[in-house]
Amino acid sequence: MNMRLSYGMGFILLFVPCSLLVAFTHYPAFKALLNSFWNNGSSIRPSRFVGARNYEALLEDDKLMQVLSNSFIYAIGTVPLAIALAIGMALLVNSRLPATGLMRLSFFLPTMLPMVAVANIWLFFYAPGIGLASQILNAFGLPSINFLGSTDTSLVSMMVVAVWKEAGLFMIFYLAALQSIPTNLKDAARLEGAGSVRIFFDVVMPLLRPTTIFVAVNALINAFRLVDHIVVMTRGGPNNSSSLLLYYIYEVTFGFRDFAYGATLTVLMVVILGFMAAIQFWVLNRKAHYQ
Amino acid sequence: MSDGLNRIAFATVAFVLAAVWGLPFLYSVWTAFHPEKYSANFVWNAPLTLSNFTEAWQAAPFALYFLNTVILIVTVLVANLILCTLVAYAFVRYRFRWAGFLFSLVMVQLLISPEILIVENYLTLSTIGLTDTIIGIALPYLTSAFGIFLLRQTFLTVPKSLDEAAQMEGAGAWRILWTVYVPLARPVYLAYGLVSISFHWNNFLWPLIVTNSPEVRPVTVGLSVFATVESGIEWSLVNAATLMTTAPLIIAFLIFQRQFVANFMRAGIK
Amino acid sequence: MNARMRTALPLVMSAAIACSASMAQAADLEFYFPVGVNAPAVATIEQLTNAWAAQNPQHSVKAVYAGNYEETTTKALTAAQAGDPPQVAVLLAIDIFTLIEEDVILPISDIATSDADKAWIDSFYDGFMVDTMFDGKVYSIPFQRSTPVFYYNKDAFRAAGLDPEVTPATWDEMVEMGKKLTVKDSNGNVTQWGTRIPNLGLAGAWLFGGLVKSKGDGLSTDTGTEARFNTEAAKASLEFLQRLADEEVMAPGGITWGDTPKAFLEGQAASIWTSTGNLAFINENAEFDWGVGFLPGGDGPGAPVGGGNFYIFKDITDEERDAALDFVRFMTTPENQAIWSMATGYIAPSQAAWETPEMQAYSERLPQALVALEQMPHAYREFATFQRARVTQYLVDAIEGVITGGTDAATALAEAQEKADEVLGEYR
Repeated sequence: MNMRLSYGMGFILLFVPCSLLVAFTHYPAFKALLNSFWNNGSSIRPSRFVGARNYEALLEDDKLMQVLSNSFIYAIGTVPLAIALAIGMALLVNSRLPATGLMRLSFFLPTMLPMVAVANIWLFFYAPGIGLASQILNAFGLPSINFLGSTDTSLVSMMVVAVWKEAGLFMIFYLAALQSIPTNLKDAARLEGAGSVRIFFDVVMPLLRPTTIFVAVNALINAFRLVDHIVVMTRGGPNNSSSLLLYYIYEVTFGFRDFAYGATLTVLMVVILGFMAAIQFWVLNRKAHYQ
Repeated sequence: MSDGLNRIAFATVAFVLAAVWGLPFLYSVWTAFHPEKYSANFVWNAPLTLSNFTEAWQAAPFALYFLNTVILIVTVLVANLILCTLVAYAFVRYRFRWAGFLFSLVMVQLLISPEILIVENYLTLSTIGLTDTIIGIALPYLTSAFGIFLLRQTFLTVPKSLDEAAQMEGAGAWRILWTVYVPLARPVYLAYGLVSISFHWNNFLWPLIVTNSPEVRPVTVGLSVFATVESGIEWSLVNAATLMTTAPLIIAFLIFQRQFVANFMRAGIK
Repeated sequence: MNARMRTALPLVMSAAIACSASMAQAADLEFYFPVGVNAPAVATIEQLTNAWAAQNPQHSVKAVYAGNYEETTTKALTAAQAGDPPQVAVLLAIDIFTLIEEDVILPISDIATSDADKAWIDSFYDGFMVDTMFDGKVYSIPFQRSTPVFYYNKDAFRAAGLDPEVTPATWDEMVEMGKKLTVKDSNGNVTQWGTRIPNLGLAGAWLFGGLVKSKGDGLSTDTGTEARFNTEAAKASLEFLQRLADEEVMAPGGITWGDTPKAFLEGQAASIWTSTGNLAFINENAEFDWGVGFLPGGDGPGAPVGGGNFYIFKDITDEERDAALDFVRFMTTPENQAIWSMATGYIAPSQAAWETPEMQAYSERLPQALVALEQMPHAYREFATFQRARVTQYLVDAIEGVITGGTDAATALAEAQEKADEVLGEYR
């Protein structure tokens, strides 16, 4: 039924966008794979082919193991928390409580700030002994917490910052979804004697599922690609306890100037993301089957 | 009876959450409007001041950073809207060999976003000599798989009969795109535009890597450079700079918040 | 239109001629520099660069503030590799090996060859020159040099019943006095710590070098191929940091560099170990009586020297090179060293600068400024090797691993040593 695409038209429609896409997505991914088989050169020592040496280094890199486990904890921690909070916020803002406008502002403000700005604000908020967080703890007679200076709390502190920044955006998606739920659906459930909690889980939640899928995929991708706060606040420390994979790639490549190992880590990152996509695809497909 | 209690509990949770959520930001506002020595001391009658803002404004070329961000955002947005429309149009309206394969190639970018490929993209950029330029920052983002995907989904909902009626009237491919497809996708353009603007307003790591000079630095990089700690750091100055640079978007949101949510709804991003 | 052209043409032509005439020696310099947020430093840099430009109207110079030290080095290197280096930059003295390996800088002793030039290079204190040299050549010129000193709150000393004019000289005294200086509230929470030594990141590694020096050792040598992590001195230094936390003299865990002056000003720490570069900031903001002393040492005084030097880059035209050299010479005249030192607290790196009347008056007004100079004979170069960023990270990991309670000093240092040797082995 569709028309055949003539060469001329196809060229006009597809050439520029697709070549840009290839040049900055497919080509670099492929190039990273190639470069991962060479060692790092400098002006006085050119690089040479080393086979799988970089991958052997990958396996022996205990710092990488820590970074991977951090990234995993970070994703597992931030994604569900941000989603749960976003749903809660959307419900609050969508309710008939007074001052919902102010609430919406409070929840959504962090989203308007670039991550760098968020990081600046939280850096002072967290400062042990003098920041607001410590002062509040002290007011309750509790000792200050060295949020960013302790290996026990640094990663969690970064996760809190990320959730603070992102939940508000996800709230907007849920808000849009909630407002499009026909009220007669809820009224009908209420007539049948269902309480608000039951209505939420039986009527509202299923209708929010597409939003949740969309938000979850986005949040997961963000968990891997957004490391601005790490750059500003901890630089991965102390003792690499808050380093995430993309930050490690940045550190190795632009700090240590080891482009070869950076490329190897990039390949690893692409593989991990591909693996995640495969799982998502599989889960979503199965879900679709049961419906 | 329990409904009333529920409502009170619900309201309490709501207000506490909103208050806690607002705290870090309010703290930053406090610091920015008071002299440095009150930045960690809360005295109700501490003198208010605007000098942090004037001092921060003079200490770094924030106006220039703003301009750079605006140029960056507009470049990316215009390119995105045009290029994504073209690709989506091709996928929806035409059939051609390898279409399925090409579409999955496009979708790869959804997964492997340019941020992840900073190493190789940086090398590419320096090979073609575009590091430290605004176009260099924009280049990896000019085509967006997300935009293509959204527009394709929307274009698919355009009734074929409309397209055919336009053809009967003798309209060519471009007229049909402009008069049939684009108008129907207007909410999607708006919603996508907001997402794109907010993304590039936020973007930091990639511009940090490819820019050197203040002439091309976007606000995010300028802000991080400004707040860099080497010697004594003045919290009030950094917070003033932070608020100053984020104010435009916050004010825009305050004005447009209703339309903002409404557009998200209409675009079906939910 | 014709009339306008007739008048315009000669104007354009004379402008073009004027341009090409000055083009013969004109250079547009780009100058990268790192300093913190505090406005006076940036303003002073601009004041000095403008003064040079005013004296040399045929040239121009653009001062680019590129972030902190690490970022500025990264920026300069990436720009150089993209074929567009800044002509001049102030970068960490310890980046010398990285810059040599990447082959982006000119040895200054190769281009500054006149007798006046040689006298100029000889005018700086030896302590600041050691890390400008490699293979018998001088690669950089000291400018923004600093060393950490012991800042202390005299009021807090008095409140603790200590003599406000006597600072702890040894580690044992530090612990002993620190215990008296630590104050707790009724809940048992500490409201004032005895001392504060930043121990995270690069800054932590820098201060650590001073501890090691005070135990009579150094972390690196002038070959750039040796890291000395697994030594008795390093082990004792790490254990000292641990002891401060264990005996509640210093907050446990990681301590950031950036918050340290603030913690001092807020009374959170009765004393801090931080750069002389903070003198101006603290002098301006402190609302209590404060003093400066030598860093307490293990077996004797010891401190690291740090900070940035002027480098001149390769791949620039001869005119640019000459202008760059002239610019560096201008920035480091005794008078300008004095201006820079007084504005920031960095140590003026030559005797002549300290002898200027301005500097004499300044050190009388702010005697704290002299302490750093007096401490200089006890200072040792900051850790520097080839692959500095990577090798320093091994040291940083070791320090952070110990202070956050993950590992013991001996194991952490041995591991760092092993990794460093693996990297540096290729360079020996």
